[in-house]
Amino acid sequence: MTLANPFKQAVLILACIVAMLPSVFMVLTALKSQEDYTFDKVGLPDVFVGTHFRAVLFESPFFLWMLNSAILAVGAVLLGTVVSCCAAYAIARMQFRGRDTIFAISTALMAVPPVVLIVPLFVLYSQLGLISSFSGAIVIYAGLITPFSVYLLTTFFRTLPQELFDAALIDGVKHHQILRHVVLPLAVPAFVTLLVVNALFVWNDLLIAVMFLQEDGKRTLMAGISVFQGRYNNQIPLSMAGMVVASAPMVILYISFQRYFIRGLMAGAIK
Amino acid sequence: MTLSRKFTPYLYLAPMLALLTFVFGFSFVRVFEFSFKMVRGIDGPWIGLRNYKLVLSQPLFWESVTHNLILLLAIPAMVGIALLLSILLYDRLRGWKVYRTILFFPYILAVPIIAVVMKQMFQFSGPVNQVLRWLSLDFMALDWIGSTDVALWTVMLLIIWRESALGVILFLSRLLSLDESLIEAARLDGANWWQRAWYILIPQMRGVIEFYVVISVITMLSAVFAYVYMMGGGRGGPGTSTMVTELYIYNALTRTSLPGVASAVAVMLFVVSLALIYLLFVVRRRADEDEA
Repeated sequence: MTLANPFKQAVLILACIVAMLPSVFMVLTALKSQEDYTFDKVGLPDVFVGTHFRAVLFESPFFLWMLNSAILAVGAVLLGTVVSCCAAYAIARMQFRGRDTIFAISTALMAVPPVVLIVPLFVLYSQLGLISSFSGAIVIYAGLITPFSVYLLTTFFRTLPQELFDAALIDGVKHHQILRHVVLPLAVPAFVTLLVVNALFVWNDLLIAVMFLQEDGKRTLMAGISVFQGRYNNQIPLSMAGMVVASAPMVILYISFQRYFIRGLMAGAIK
Repeated sequence: MTLSRKFTPYLYLAPMLALLTFVFGFSFVRVFEFSFKMVRGIDGPWIGLRNYKLVLSQPLFWESVTHNLILLLAIPAMVGIALLLSILLYDRLRGWKVYRTILFFPYILAVPIIAVVMKQMFQFSGPVNQVLRWLSLDFMALDWIGSTDVALWTVMLLIIWRESALGVILFLSRLLSLDESLIEAARLDGANWWQRAWYILIPQMRGVIEFYVVISVITMLSAVFAYVYMMGGGRGGPGTSTMVTELYIYNALTRTSLPGVASAVAVMLFVVSLALIYLLFVVRRRADEDEA
């Protein structure tokens, strides 16, 4: 039996509908009035209503939560990437004792579930008064994204031609100059991948966010959502408007930088 | 000169080593230590195996573990869906890039967001049941969220919906790296779609499929917190029907303030994940050999 093209198209279209259905429901419901939703949960809104979005944007702390998430993502990605970049350069391009062991251990840490680590860190942070501090959480996130970053950058740096390095070293160029002027410009695609994967990880994380940033003013977007849904459990259109606003940044980034996202996801899928 | 040369690599490594030693090394040592102590506040006396005995004697702990194990049933469905869709995408029909963008989309949405949306969709008087009743499928209109018998399966549905997208991403990137001449040859030999998928493509994807299965096992056992936290109202509800190991650790730590008990569970989870990490290395090596 051969599958005809129209049949294959039909399967793919069906899968696409299933993939989009929750988002469509979310957007349509957000535009319905409360009464409209009570009577009809499926169809189009009778009248498009913008009040829920106004309420979410101006009467709830979504922007603050997003700002907090952005601070964490930028901080953790920056710290994690710089640290990993130096380490990966050494592992890929220098000879020293313990190199393979360090790389193997670092790679293995990729698969350690964060929940195993949080108990001692939580106790330590409580003792040091670091609960609800951005710098404390940034260090944890940076640590969690480092094993993958080291793995990805090392693999990438190893693909660069050795002659590039030999020539520079013979000319007396220092390692840090090679890294800055030769390796970094060539590694831009790898960094874009890392940026996508790591920023998504920090932005989307819930576990560390609810444990380590408990203060109202420090809540991340994901932790904020859990509070928000509890509060507006009965006002579903309002709650859906909140979800539309919450998903907007990543969806906009995904649509505008599709190419980088798809490349990043395909490389970062191993995380 | 030689001395500084010897030190240079370690200078580059130092920040990473410091960061990993703190976040992972420190935590591993302390979590083992705590699991044998009665921790109150920041430290406490050694109490041998009492934390472990307490945990292992609690029905709730076993229930949580059982739920994690039940979630493993999602994996065959995820593999099947991802295989079908990735191979269809690989046919590169008209518009396949648009399909690809849409099929990756579930993986872009954050788990907490999608969990809130799904929770509303699957309410007893929600849109899913409304459609089912409209189709005269009343017997299928379950209390998806509110019934203790069904809630975990609803969570599983959400997990399948989102994690299959990861499978599509992984499988497609493997397919696109395949040598096309063999596939062309098969087509010229008159192999049909199923034969081509079954005898040519899937055998070459074995490495990546194994890899996906192993990371999915890790996910089901130790990374479903965001799903159940949002769907189960933060408490694994209704009742304890969506309680999982991670939530058990979270509760022991933040709600009942028993870091020792939380650590004992964390250590057990860690031992299981070590075994899985070993497995991951084995399948990764095989996947790499496939590609070479």
